[in-house]
Amino acid sequence: METNEAGLIARIEAGEKELFHELIQPYERMVYLTLLSIVKNETEAEDGAQETVISAYRHLASFRGDAKFSTWLTTIAINEGRKRLRKAKNAAEESIEEEVEAHVGDYSPAPLTDWREIPLEALERKELREALRVAVAELPDIYRQVFTLRDLEELNVEETAQALGINPGAVKVRLHRARMMLQKRLVPFLKTTAPARRGFFGRAL
Amino acid sequence: MKLDCKHVWEHISEYIDGSVEAKLREDIERHLEHCEICSAILDSTRNILILTADDRTFELPVGYSKRLHERLKEEIEKSKQEPRVGEPE
Repeated sequence: METNEAGLIARIEAGEKELFHELIQPYERMVYLTLLSIVKNETEAEDGAQETVISAYRHLASFRGDAKFSTWLTTIAINEGRKRLRKAKNAAEESIEEEVEAHVGDYSPAPLTDWREIPLEALERKELREALRVAVAELPDIYRQVFTLRDLEELNVEETAQALGINPGAVKVRLHRARMMLQKRLVPFLKTTAPARRGFFGRAL
Repeated sequence: MKLDCKHVWEHISEYIDGSVEAKLREDIERHLEHCEICSAILDSTRNILILTADDRTFELPVGYSKRLHERLKEEIEKSKQEPRVGEPE
């Protein structure tokens, strides 16, 4: 944890409560995206994000400095998301934790033959961003959650495992599958939106 | 060891994260030098990750931050009026 953050927390606990605004500010985005990855609904995600922040404020005294504040906060966000999901499903269906690695399938990537025609400027396209958002939203829950924590929020393997209550090996497997599924989904899109300038074999050196 | 493409794909994610062991990393790199297909897969996957980490891809709802801090402000005000647990009133 950064010293500045530790300092802020100490001051908040000593009574400078307004500083909680400052403490939470770098994590607002992370909290929202974590919720969104679980509840998959923007309004619900925003409500859940507010609850997460309020809960973190109320329980700050229980935060132990041996974990990172971001991991602690993410855990609260995940619990909030799961609570909302359970409520929505009326606890009837299987909880997300029980969803196992039962997705037997092909997790190999899609080969590209004209990859050099995917220019970096393609990444600037709004359509591609939209395609990625849709593809992430459509990932199976267990993969989307790991992908969100690792590649969107940039938590490390250990932190992700801790926050989701799974082992690091499962984090790696799920992340790999998520990435390969996204690669497969987006390749045709990249191909069709990239201007065809040169063929694979006729590529100028 | 000479790797085939499928073997490289299995490790591509860990390779991107820099978490494959040195020997395997070498083998993968040797394979990538001559394999256009695997290089393309690696590049496209990396590009997707760059795009994912870009703040413009996953945007927050308009006004999200403002509403969040307003809610928090109310909560802080409220908590100031309550005596702290364990403290004499």
